[in-house]
Amino acid sequence: MSVSIRATDVRKSYGDVVAVDGVSFEVNDGEFFGILGPNGAGKTTTLEIVEGLREADSGSIELLGQSPWPRNKALLPRMGVQLQGTAFFERLTAREQLVTFGSLYGAGPKRADEMLEIVGLTDKAGTRVEKLSGGQAQRLSIACALVHDPEVVFLDEPTAALDPQARRNLWDLLRTINGQGRTVVLTTHYMDEAELLCDRVAIMDRGKILNIDAPASLVRGLDAPTRISVDSGELAAEKVAAIADGVAEVEDDGVALTFTTRDPATVLTALAEQRVLNGLRVRGATLEDVFLELTGREYRA
Amino acid sequence: MTSYLSLTKAMLIGLSRDKSTLFFTLLFPLFFLIIFGALFSGGQSSPSKVVQIGDVPVLDQVLAADPDAFDEVLELSSTDDEAAAVKMVEDGDVAAAVKQNGDQVQIFYSAADQTTAGIVTGVLSGIVNETNLQELQVAAPEVTITQVTASQVEDESLGAIQYLMPGLLGWAISMSGVFGAAMTLVTWRQKKTLRRIRLSPVSVGAVVGARVGNTLLLALIQLVVFVGVASLPFFGLKLTDYWWMAVPTVMIGALAFLSIGLLVGAVSKTSEGASGLANLIILPLAFSSGSFYPLEAAPQWLQAISYVSPLRYLNEAMLDVMVRGEGPASVLPEWGILIAFGLVFGFIATRLFRWDDI
Repeated sequence: MSVSIRATDVRKSYGDVVAVDGVSFEVNDGEFFGILGPNGAGKTTTLEIVEGLREADSGSIELLGQSPWPRNKALLPRMGVQLQGTAFFERLTAREQLVTFGSLYGAGPKRADEMLEIVGLTDKAGTRVEKLSGGQAQRLSIACALVHDPEVVFLDEPTAALDPQARRNLWDLLRTINGQGRTVVLTTHYMDEAELLCDRVAIMDRGKILNIDAPASLVRGLDAPTRISVDSGELAAEKVAAIADGVAEVEDDGVALTFTTRDPATVLTALAEQRVLNGLRVRGATLEDVFLELTGREYRA
Repeated sequence: MTSYLSLTKAMLIGLSRDKSTLFFTLLFPLFFLIIFGALFSGGQSSPSKVVQIGDVPVLDQVLAADPDAFDEVLELSSTDDEAAAVKMVEDGDVAAAVKQNGDQVQIFYSAADQTTAGIVTGVLSGIVNETNLQELQVAAPEVTITQVTASQVEDESLGAIQYLMPGLLGWAISMSGVFGAAMTLVTWRQKKTLRRIRLSPVSVGAVVGARVGNTLLLALIQLVVFVGVASLPFFGLKLTDYWWMAVPTVMIGALAFLSIGLLVGAVSKTSEGASGLANLIILPLAFSSGSFYPLEAAPQWLQAISYVSPLRYLNEAMLDVMVRGEGPASVLPEWGILIAFGLVFGFIATRLFRWDDI
């Protein structure tokens, strides 16, 4: 498998503020790669350096074997970029928008209609962009990024500020794009989004990449305890102590009784024997726990 | 080329749907043309009202010879009550009151409306002088009398529209040139449209070129609309032989102002800032370059300032070929100066051009 993107020790500062502090990573062909981190972590700056919108202070970027900086016109048709916010031509309809962007790359109007179909906006073809909802505008923006059939697609927080339904629709679309063999690089501050979509995730905080791996591997590598909860008040205190003895820590907030354990089988078996499985929830670690482990801080997007 | 055309088209569609820009570049200057044209056309003021106190033989004498003599200038009424007549002047109901005692004609006027007072006093004095002269001639026919005849140098049918139209058109073109270019750059940068375009294989030239195409087209539409409206019988614009030279003149002028707009767009961060700066540039230019009134009527210092204003050269060139009847070659110096303005500002604007607010 060959490499689409190779970033080596990239640094960028604005005055005293270090936005990107020695970032290195590789993205393989056809991979769905995520950069995850809280706001201000340096995700967008990193992405913009890779896209060639900004110049790194030091370090190197190789995108499809070439340098994106200074503005590399040979590279531009091979990449598609969806910008944070929606960069449209004013007062044009959805279709006119796609036709215009398409023609900047030499794509015909037929391609615009195809893209409307793919992102499910065919019935909004004649609607001006100002009248589209947030989710529709975001989908149109992605369609504009794909209208010239690029090899690598960059998406900067595509689901920010969308309602849950619109996010889910967009996730389906992003999976389809990646399924067609394109390399997709996504920044997000949503843990669940990164976990669901990405083949590999780079966790970023304060300008540094803390870890890169598949979401499942990151979680497994954490070796975090499992949290088992049942409804509170179903079990006498001495029974709770007996079950927890030596294998779990117990917490009761009056609503849920939670065992935190590294031996979930024993705890679950004991609970089943006592026939107290009402409201049962079993939670393994998530990327949030990984973030907590890596930074020592709670994850707050 | 395709990308240039599609950007031009996208901009044009956007413009045609932008009602406020269309209003400010086409209708707004046109309102000025219509209002100024109506105000100054014909040049006739309504007759001034004058009240006679008792008999005024000097007026009666003229009326007896020609009952319509005062029709255009004076509207006479009479009263015997001097106090009431003076009160009418004070209240502004009449422009003046007039009374004759033997060989003394007395005029009562109000300082509140000095223009009208001046006109009425002048007219009445004129009538009295004329009567005196006639009597003098009868008494001493051997005395030679010097006569004054004033004639306008142009065709006497020409109205103020001849000067208003090119000036206001120049103002309209400068507005749409500066605002159009500045606003496109700033809003496209603010909305990240420029950043998005930068990520496609399109040159800066195509982006600026699209704006140039739009500005030129808009300038031609402005020319057609202005000439069309001013040529209506009500305004009565009469174009001279080489009026068609206005077409290239308007385009060269539009480009000069476009380059100023590109500079404004390059240095402004927000659309509010850009529109403020554009106004700050255009309004003084319009007032100092004879857009609203003939430059000859301006004070010397203002005329001196006008030499650094590109709008002066656009207005002068349009006046030369459209109404002064000068030949095509007469506008070449103005063209040269406008092109020089365009090149200088255009060059600075390209140096300061930014795709992005970084």
